[in-house]
Amino acid sequence: MAVGSDTAKTIESATGGDYKYGFVTEIDMDFAPRGLNEDIVRFISAKKSEPDWLLEWRLKSYRRWLTMTEPRWARVRYATIDYQDAYYYAAPKPKELLNSLDEVDPELLRTYEKLGIPLDEQKQLAGVAVDAVFDSVSVATTYKEKLAEEGIVFCSFSEAVQTHPELVRRYLGSVVPYSDNFYATLNSAVFSDGSFVYIPRGVRCPMELSTYFRINAENTGQFERTLIIADAGSYVSYLEGCTAPMRDENQLHAAVVELVALDDAQIKYSTVQNWYPGDKDGKGGIFNFVTKRGACRGVNSKISWTQIETGSAITWKYPSCILQGDNSVGEFYSVAVTNNHQQADTGTKMIHIGKNTRSTIITKGISAGKGQNTYRGQVKILPGAAGARNYTQCDALLIGDECGGHTIPYIEVRNPTAHVEHEATTSKISDDQLFYCMQRGLSAEDAISMIVNGFCKQVLMELPMEFAVEAQKLLDISLEGSVG
Amino acid sequence: MSPGTETETPDVAKKTPLLEIKDLHVKVEGKNILCGIDLTVKAGEVHAVMGPNGSGKSTLAHVLAGREGYEVIKGGVRFAGSDLLDMAPEERAREGLFLAFQYPVEIPGVGGMNFLKSALNVVRKHRGLPELDAMDFLTLAREKMRLLEIDEKLIQRAVNVGFSGGEKKRNEVFQMAMLEPKLAVLDETDSGLDIDALKTVANGVNSMRSPDRAIILITHYQRLLDYVVPDKVHVLAHGRIAKSGGRKLALELEKKGYGAFGQSDASVAA
Repeated sequence: MAVGSDTAKTIESATGGDYKYGFVTEIDMDFAPRGLNEDIVRFISAKKSEPDWLLEWRLKSYRRWLTMTEPRWARVRYATIDYQDAYYYAAPKPKELLNSLDEVDPELLRTYEKLGIPLDEQKQLAGVAVDAVFDSVSVATTYKEKLAEEGIVFCSFSEAVQTHPELVRRYLGSVVPYSDNFYATLNSAVFSDGSFVYIPRGVRCPMELSTYFRINAENTGQFERTLIIADAGSYVSYLEGCTAPMRDENQLHAAVVELVALDDAQIKYSTVQNWYPGDKDGKGGIFNFVTKRGACRGVNSKISWTQIETGSAITWKYPSCILQGDNSVGEFYSVAVTNNHQQADTGTKMIHIGKNTRSTIITKGISAGKGQNTYRGQVKILPGAAGARNYTQCDALLIGDECGGHTIPYIEVRNPTAHVEHEATTSKISDDQLFYCMQRGLSAEDAISMIVNGFCKQVLMELPMEFAVEAQKLLDISLEGSVG
Repeated sequence: MSPGTETETPDVAKKTPLLEIKDLHVKVEGKNILCGIDLTVKAGEVHAVMGPNGSGKSTLAHVLAGREGYEVIKGGVRFAGSDLLDMAPEERAREGLFLAFQYPVEIPGVGGMNFLKSALNVVRKHRGLPELDAMDFLTLAREKMRLLEIDEKLIQRAVNVGFSGGEKKRNEVFQMAMLEPKLAVLDETDSGLDIDALKTVANGVNSMRSPDRAIILITHYQRLLDYVVPDKVHVLAHGRIAKSGGRKLALELEKKGYGAFGQSDASVAA
């Protein structure tokens, strides 16, 4: 990260806590009126000059949503959300239409700089293209031209609707249907922006693509939508990062991510989720209700999810793979941390449809303070999935004696040739271990960090190099003050 | 010995005790375990603390290292001129107090190399020495491992995970050699060892003997003292030092057993 330790300290002291991204950017915003109805849906669609088919799709979703109820089966507790008491659209007021980074509001550039994500291409991490989403809209995408030379499309979702309507129309909702679940359906009605990626046939994307999501405005839900299509024989590695200011009230984040991998294509999707988790007493924080799903549509295709979940007051998230193409591969690597009053109910679904499909699930749940961490995962082998294989390993690590770790696997096998393995362990950082480390001169914090990093190694190794280091630091910060 | 060594400076260093325990009373879970320990250890000395089970040997080791759950109700401990009981466990370690554990704990996922390198660098930093990079660390570690006849594979594994009893004890001695403490307390490091492992451990301890370092061997048997000859031997019984003497005391104990000290507090105190 570009922030020097002094700067980081300053931000930390300014925000009065361990969460160093808790600042608010003062900027002129364009809001839709508070609340949700068909007019708001039309307002959002009109703001983005969307074609009629997309408006119809939004309205269809909205009407469907009205008939649905919030899912309550997850192992998380929270007060009822008043969906009429939020803003569904907030965007930094553009001075004019943006043609280049020079025209982005300097205040926004400074915000991303502060977050350690310089949008100025000269200062970029080598080999990473960034799309920055601020509240409801994408504010900047870097390296666009360079990627275009390879035929790669990497832009904001709104832009893709204008420039590649045929691709958007063909794939939008094809993995997560508009009627999928309460939050995904809400997202389908009011989604504001997000990233769009198309990798053409046979192209190996030459750099990491990454999106940084930032919630800034008050009382605003963030509903972004990401769509990634990897055409036959292509490869892409994509990373998303998320932060939000510290606010006393809870904020809703209900995103949808759809991935499509065609024949022999590979998508590697990594997340470092660091939404504001709420304070030590459980006040405030993001409600992260997210639907992420990938379809391995082609033969020999592969989708790999890696997630480091350290933020959010509540996490409800199951990045999944539909293994449709024969020999396709799905992977899910996850580290989820809950400290203080955080609650996480997260896992994956691996749906085996094609022959000889394989999936691997490795999850590491870390609970500290009063945190509650649940792994919930489904492995489903359909009758046609001859020779399917799954390996699942769920490990839970407890720090202190007020937290909880839970594992809830659902395994459904309908083909007798399938092999399914599930392993689960629970361990605790013991006083003996801490004392042993301290007797050798290490502080309790260093000792925990060392033990936690050892525990997560298997997953951290799956992250792109630059981000593995960041993720390690993030784990340390998230667990600060979890002993003593 | 040349007269030069008898000059004032080393003399003063010798006179100032490295460890000074005065009238130490300690409670564990409401029970009095240590009932007035007095013990002075000078740099350059090796002391053996012997005693039957339940006499308070391990309690003494843990109190010195700063383990939680031990309540000091009376008395004090000075270490290298500072109040030891005022320091956090990691400060004591950084100041040069090392405890070789009786039961070293397993730490899954944490590589031995990484663990010891971090510990060594924290200690070096505290002593104003430059931190070692991976190469320098490895060179030093190999040298010590050769000296102690320790298999190099040991530190490539996770800390103590799947180690045999003997491997765990060797690993403790290896860590001691790497961290170069001022005072090393070995808590029953000899128990459960076969004769080869015992010799390795003894060699390690002997190689650590130096004029500016002290070693306390806590042991149940005098067997170890055949290989590490102590300057002083103390017998702990009922939470007190019942008798102190030289090397011979250990042999005497071997013959007579601890029974002679287990009678009553009055007879011992007399």
